[in-house]
Amino acid sequence: MIFLALMVGTGMTVWAAYQNFGLFNIVIALGIASIKATLVILFFMHGKYSSRRTKLVIVCGFFWLAIMLGLTLADYSSRHAEPSRSQSRPAPAEQFV
Amino acid sequence: MHRTGELYGQFQTLEQQKETATLGMWVFIVQEILFFGGLFLAYTVNRHAHPTAFGVGGNMLSLKLGGANTVVLIASSLTMAMAVWSATTSKKKLVTLFLIGTLVLGCVFLGVKVVEYKEKFDHHLIPGHGFDISYCSKNAAACGLSAKDAATEVEEIENGLKADPDLNAHAQLYFSLYFGMTGLHALHMVVGAGLLLWLILQAGKGRFDANYNTPVENIGLYWHFVDIVWIYLFPLLYLINRHLA
Repeated sequence: MIFLALMVGTGMTVWAAYQNFGLFNIVIALGIASIKATLVILFFMHGKYSSRRTKLVIVCGFFWLAIMLGLTLADYSSRHAEPSRSQSRPAPAEQFV
Repeated sequence: MHRTGELYGQFQTLEQQKETATLGMWVFIVQEILFFGGLFLAYTVNRHAHPTAFGVGGNMLSLKLGGANTVVLIASSLTMAMAVWSATTSKKKLVTLFLIGTLVLGCVFLGVKVVEYKEKFDHHLIPGHGFDISYCSKNAAACGLSAKDAATEVEEIENGLKADPDLNAHAQLYFSLYFGMTGLHALHMVVGAGLLLWLILQAGKGRFDANYNTPVENIGLYWHFVDIVWIYLFPLLYLINRHLA
């Protein structure tokens, strides 16, 4: 069952790659990949039947991954913005005149 | 060396002992997730910076080989799950059989990867001095491209150069990440194949049954993790720009 679902997912992701959804191509591709990964973790890896302590470790792992990806990408996506206020502040010499 | 089904002094029950092993394996897998996460992050940042070159590079990979490998790897995860199930239900002969099946499928995956890497060598797509993103569009015959495919590739590279004059350098970045990520993944497969070989030898001696199957289960977890990495690598590396070709 799970195997068939994974195969259907693979077929769908190849099909979806050839359609033009604009910005959403990447969202769809990663969405399908995440559904497949979740199926593997829950059933092949027995995540669904493991103890609460093990579940906590699994969730923590993805939480840390989210921190790493989220904070780094937030940094990269805001690098080329307007100069920040601290940079546009007058030079110290002028401040105290 | 570890004897089968023995209770160690620090544990109160076999159940607790097994639970501890599973937990430990998951902690290891979590650090592996973060390990690969760094590479996925590098890919995301660079793809965002050079979308054209990454698109052109991605479309030069063989979808047939990549797709076939995805099917092979998911099938090997199925046989691994069946091996774990056979162990927990004390079907000793089936354990060996399913483990051998998993090993064979894993080797098929690696074999296909070798063919793919060889193709990239022939097509001048290895990062370094010889790298030339337009090699195949200039030498269609040497790359075995049909006239139609060659024309598509010429057009794609011309459009790419308009959007990104430094296309060759940035496509090289894409292929560095391609070899880095798939190479690390393949290295994990090689390690997994070694572990499987050991498991097969143990299973052949009838070591694993309903009372003792922790090694099968934990190596199974590792194998499934490697499968998950490929589930993400396949769309990100092979598929992402097909709709624009």
